[in-house]
Amino acid sequence: MQLNTKHFGIIEVDEKETLYFPSGIPGFEDVKKFVLLGRQEVESPFFWLQSIDKPDLAFVVTDPFYIREDYYVDVDDEEVEEIEIKDPENVLTLAIVTIPENIRQMTVNLKAPVLINMKNNMGKQVIMKDDTFPVKYYIMTGGSEPPR
Amino acid sequence: MLVLSRKKGQSIMIGNDIEISIIDIQGEQVRIGINAPRNVKVYRKEVYEEIIKENREAAIIDVNPELIRGIKIIKNGNHEDSEGKE
Repeated sequence: MQLNTKHFGIIEVDEKETLYFPSGIPGFEDVKKFVLLGRQEVESPFFWLQSIDKPDLAFVVTDPFYIREDYYVDVDDEEVEEIEIKDPENVLTLAIVTIPENIRQMTVNLKAPVLINMKNNMGKQVIMKDDTFPVKYYIMTGGSEPPR
Repeated sequence: MLVLSRKKGQSIMIGNDIEISIIDIQGEQVRIGINAPRNVKVYRKEVYEEIIKENREAAIIDVNPELIRGIKIIKNGNHEDSEGKE
């Protein structure tokens, strides 16, 4: 399948790599199909969650466990029922990165990670109930405070 | 929107299995109890809206993928530092 993306031009996507988000993600509920791009490139911690339904749409994502070594995901089983997670070992956890004009102010959303069940390629963005991790975690300062 | 008046200790049923109770009222603050099936997700509206807002901001990427790929996170104890590399 070919995809004409905004950031990467025309790319070839293998159907087997398609990720299905039954509920979309908050704010983009109609966007259900994604593909991960650039994950193999080990020298960069950032890669892309590219929408298939809406080729203009892509999120920069990263591994939250790389950003914060003490990171954890705490959600109810019911929250992940939709993507049929049976074994946490098969879950790929991603955090969405927000990159403003001033790149130093880039943040990672640690409160609402994206979970992908690698067994069935289903995904969901979950929202943690507790406030241990912020929606805007500034990579530069390692906390909720923006860099000066 | 349906508007109902309730007193402390009273509740409202939504369908057969969702109950909203008024636990306490202190001035401008109301404590609300919610009984709902576990598959019904209950969030404070502002939390859900905050995630939507953040996702919308994150979706506007005007930065060249090559530049993003060039960003290195330098780990230094518990703190991270980053450096944009052209």
